[in-house]
Amino acid sequence: MVNPTAAITLEKLTKIFYARQKEIVALDNINLSVREGEFLCIVGPSGCGKTTLLRILAGLEKQTRGKVIIRSKNPDKPLTSMVFQGDSIFPWMTVAENVAYSLRIRGFSKNKRREIAQQYLKLMGLEGFADAFPHQLSGGMKQRINVARAFVSDPEILLMDEPFGALDEQNRLLLQQELLKIWEGSGKTSLFITHSIDEALVLADRIMVMTAHPGKVKAVVPVDIPRPRDIMSLRSSPNFGALFKEIWLLLQEEVQKAKSMELKK
Amino acid sequence: MSLAEETLQKQLGQIIIKEAKGESKSAVLDKSLFLKILAFLSPSLLLVLWEILARLEIVDIRLFSSPVMIFKTMLPMLYSGELLYHTFISAQRIVLGFLAGAVPGVILGLSMGLFAPIRACLMPMVSATFPIPKLAIMPLILIVFGLGEASKIFTIAIGVFYLVLINTMAGVLNIEDIYLDVAKNFGASPYQFYTTVAFPGALPMIFAGFKLGMGTALLLIVAAELSAAKAGVGWMVWRAYDMFDIEKMFVALITLAFLGYIFSYLLETAEKIVIPWQNNRR
Repeated sequence: MVNPTAAITLEKLTKIFYARQKEIVALDNINLSVREGEFLCIVGPSGCGKTTLLRILAGLEKQTRGKVIIRSKNPDKPLTSMVFQGDSIFPWMTVAENVAYSLRIRGFSKNKRREIAQQYLKLMGLEGFADAFPHQLSGGMKQRINVARAFVSDPEILLMDEPFGALDEQNRLLLQQELLKIWEGSGKTSLFITHSIDEALVLADRIMVMTAHPGKVKAVVPVDIPRPRDIMSLRSSPNFGALFKEIWLLLQEEVQKAKSMELKK
Repeated sequence: MSLAEETLQKQLGQIIIKEAKGESKSAVLDKSLFLKILAFLSPSLLLVLWEILARLEIVDIRLFSSPVMIFKTMLPMLYSGELLYHTFISAQRIVLGFLAGAVPGVILGLSMGLFAPIRACLMPMVSATFPIPKLAIMPLILIVFGLGEASKIFTIAIGVFYLVLINTMAGVLNIEDIYLDVAKNFGASPYQFYTTVAFPGALPMIFAGFKLGMGTALLLIVAAELSAAKAGVGWMVWRAYDMFDIEKMFVALITLAFLGYIFSYLLETAEKIVIPWQNNRR
């Protein structure tokens, strides 16, 4: 069943957490195949195991059952890099050191690290902040560094866990535009969790909708909007409204299910 | 106010006008200068009050001396180099004892914070021995290390050691999980993890341990110099006690305060250099 051209194949992926004699099924028989160079967005109600899925792919957690198959083209490159939800920028490193962290791990020289960091800082509009410490920066700037840090490591697969979730609307739009620009240039296979249907439509090639607890794949919806995309003109694309409605109808059911489960507890 | 104005005011109700013409920069400066003067003036006034009360014999000068008398005792001690000599001896003991306690404290604290098996092995012993007052161990230290410098340095070291150890361990354990995840996701080796996350992440707590340790070191120097010492500021205090030389005792106390100030200043300066990324709220 393994698709040989897929970058990622998940087969009956199941994750069960054991807490106080109770089994909590976070992921239940997930089957999914992600094409190489595809941008897949994952939406679903809170607590449906989206983050767990990404953490398994990032090697931070191990599945209980099932298979993860990742096709690696270049064994010298890191397999995955994750952009974490929340503030994961090291406060004890400068902006440049944070951005180049993966290069330090891989033993690049100081000069080389600095050079590559500068390049990405420029791309993210952060030039001039190379030697600043994170506490001097705004939330939007920190998330730019977070994204830049993942791109610098040049992984085969990019994993992003609601990277813009905590940002205000204006910063969110700016970062979406910047991510589109930097991603469309790289063509990296990417998985991106979001709560925002809007954001998913802006970024994704396909959107995976997950069910409420336990997390299953409810539907995978292709987003037929041509690239390169622009966050403004994209919204006036004829497909945008219809897709928004389609995703929302799928999601609404699950959100309500999650809510009623919450009430039962 | 004319009658017309009064009627007008009745009709319109009271009009409240709050107008600002801008606070001049010099006014802001004047305010901070005023606070500085106040901070300087209040202790000075206290000294003057002390002197007056001593002269009026309301305060017993045999017990509490007076600022002028203390100053008169201090000057020749400064000129002769006697005070400097004792200060130097004590400072040397504090620095050596501090290093002897802090360095193993940091190393062991990091290891205990990072490796659960090491923590499981050593924590019971640390928990059992930490509450023992360090002064109670002094006689044992004297028996083991003799009456020389080693016993004094060791007394200070053991007090510093525990505080640095416990703070360092807590510093490592309190590093947020997300940073550990980042290092893991980027494939950091155990050594890289130690140098890029564990150590820098624990540094603020390590410095908190250093500061607490320094406070204890100052406490212990006085106790350590009580027995079998021939020099040092702590010795001066006890010597003055034996001789009932209140002025000399106050000189020694002032010197101790000065030593404490210098050491905490040095630690804070070091902290600012080593942890430039800390958000300074001070």
